[in-house]
Amino acid sequence: MTGPRTGGAARARRRGADRAAAGAADVRPGSAVRPAARDRRIAPFGLRTRLVLAFLLVAAVSAGTTATLTYREARSAVLASAQDTAVASFREQVETLAPELPIDPVLLREYLFVIASKSKPHPWVVFAEYGSLRVSSGTNPASTVITPDLRRMTLARSRGSFQRVVSAGVPYLTIGVPVLVRTGPGSSMPSGLVLFAVMRMTDEEANVDALVTAARDGALPGLAAALIPALIAARGVLRPVRQLRRAARSMGSGRLDTRIPVRGSDELADLARTFNESAGQLERSVDELQQAEARARRFASDVSHELRTPLAGMLAVTEVLDEDADGLDPDTARAVRLISAETGKLAVLVEDLMEISRFDARAAELNTDEVDVGETVRKTLDHRRWGERVRTDLPDGIRARLDPRRFDVVVANLVGNALRHGSEPVTVRLSVQGGLLVVEVADSGPGIRPEVLPHIFERFYKADAARTRSTGSGLGLAITQENVRLHGGTIRAANGPDGGAVLTVEIPLHGPHGSQEATA
Amino acid sequence: MPRVLLIEDDPSVREGVELGLRRRGHEVRTAATGESGLAALAEFRPDLLLLDLMLPGMNGVQVCRRVREDSQLPIIMLTARGDDFDVVIGLEAGADDYIVKPARTEVIEARIRAVLRRIEAPGGRPSVEFHGELAVDRAGLTVAKNGERLALAPSEMKLLLHLTAAPEQVFSRQQLLEHVWEHSYHGDARLVDACVRRLRNKIEDTPGSPRYIQTLRGFGYRFGPL
Repeated sequence: MTGPRTGGAARARRRGADRAAAGAADVRPGSAVRPAARDRRIAPFGLRTRLVLAFLLVAAVSAGTTATLTYREARSAVLASAQDTAVASFREQVETLAPELPIDPVLLREYLFVIASKSKPHPWVVFAEYGSLRVSSGTNPASTVITPDLRRMTLARSRGSFQRVVSAGVPYLTIGVPVLVRTGPGSSMPSGLVLFAVMRMTDEEANVDALVTAARDGALPGLAAALIPALIAARGVLRPVRQLRRAARSMGSGRLDTRIPVRGSDELADLARTFNESAGQLERSVDELQQAEARARRFASDVSHELRTPLAGMLAVTEVLDEDADGLDPDTARAVRLISAETGKLAVLVEDLMEISRFDARAAELNTDEVDVGETVRKTLDHRRWGERVRTDLPDGIRARLDPRRFDVVVANLVGNALRHGSEPVTVRLSVQGGLLVVEVADSGPGIRPEVLPHIFERFYKADAARTRSTGSGLGLAITQENVRLHGGTIRAANGPDGGAVLTVEIPLHGPHGSQEATA
Repeated sequence: MPRVLLIEDDPSVREGVELGLRRRGHEVRTAATGESGLAALAEFRPDLLLLDLMLPGMNGVQVCRRVREDSQLPIIMLTARGDDFDVVIGLEAGADDYIVKPARTEVIEARIRAVLRRIEAPGGRPSVEFHGELAVDRAGLTVAKNGERLALAPSEMKLLLHLTAAPEQVFSRQQLLEHVWEHSYHGDARLVDACVRRLRNKIEDTPGSPRYIQTLRGFGYRFGPL
């Protein structure tokens, strides 16, 4: 082989290898993950809902706590200030008037009016109790609001006492002060007369109500405002998560160069970075694997290419050897015939290897033509002079779009195999089932052993370990399978009900894509 | 016996094929390059050219085009299967047939004989037939259009003779391969398509919408109706 030729052949081969590498990166339809299956329903409490609920809960708790504390403090402050003023001014009035207070109900009532007129901060009604005597500055001589508790406490303490009472929905401040009688300088004792003041606290209540309203009105916009950061935070988390999901799906469908844009430096950015690094490593190792595979395939292809050229020279002269062998001495003649026969087998083997490596490199082409299938099969059998040994069931008029040369290889390999390994009669049956062309090749032999059945389409598979070499190249059924696949069809092997092996090929009638590609 | 010029760069193939053909009585001249082959052409005057497609320097397709410029010498390409693309280019360049290497001498010889075989003129018919503007002389093996003689390569001539022998009859591509090229039924239909294209370029007024050689999608080709 000369230099430039090697270069040309190598270039041609590289073309195939490149195609192989490109083909290997393709996603096969069978292994592609259907997006529909991946579109899982999001749980009712998704990340967004949970984040929003958490934000609202925090906002509600903090607003509620603040409002409650403020309310309690403000309320007691408001009430305390009112009641301090009232208690102090009432006590002062009582102490000022104490020495002059008469027991006479009419006079006493006049005094009570005086005290009532000086009520502070709100108008109050003054009641006086002395034994069974009941006098008041109001319309009723006795109060319905004053509790026995207050009476008891007032009697017990000389400085008097007060109590907040709610009666019929109205809040009252009730104050009791005992009137003291001076018994000497610096000493005094209760006179038995007790004065009570009853003051409505409606203004204070209104103030406190206003506080509650204010707290509520403040909390509601607060909660609404909490929704916004909640949604923003949810979006900030969900967007990277969505990106990650999309990227993972894209990687799963074979696009290994998928990367995620990394924004910021938070944990999600870290996750994105880790994803990108892992994707890069995955891409690199897949790349290496593919390269190794492509190298292996190229090597097989190169080897058969290199073998072919010397074989072409040898095969051209086998005839010369065969013809002249008769005139040689017996040993030389045997040797010459052996070389001639094996050269022929070697040529078949190398052709089959070339064919297989073209399939591996996805460089095998399908040159389809519309043919009468029955006629095509008959021609295959006639051409190999198998007509007498094979029974046929070939209905007329079945037309299919297929590559006649490859279909011939399929039928010839199946029938040849049946004749070699099974026993006659061999039957070829043709039928159409739902857009599929079905070719069935059955023999009448013992069938295929069950443990062998899954392997018969493997390359160089030896059903019998003792039989080191069959008459074929060992690639026949593998090539048959590849040819069927190229047509978009399937092939399967089984044992028939009567024991013989049955190989069934199914090919789409209208070509692998059902298209009309050829010209005639 | 036919005189064969073999252009093949690989010495073992060249020697093997030469030896095999010579044993069968052919007169064989060999050349290792396209250039030396073309030079031997004028002097050796072969009946047929066996041409390797992958040659150093000037390649087989270029040699083929050069030969076709002024000669209708039968050309058979030698090719390695798998170089499918080159086969099509070679056929477009005017080759009549191709052989896949490695091949036995009997296969090569059968192919040579098939290409050289003349289609018998049917008896009892006038030797010159007129189809539209075409005048086909079956005995003299000439075709003229509007009185002007067309240069047809052997495969083109045989295809036209085969089709005009039964005008309006449809032939499948596999049938044409069998009868015109004497291939087995399962031959390469691209051979037919390439030859039809070349023929149309020579005989049709507008090769894009052919009148003489018509395509029947899914069935094949037919001559006419005009």
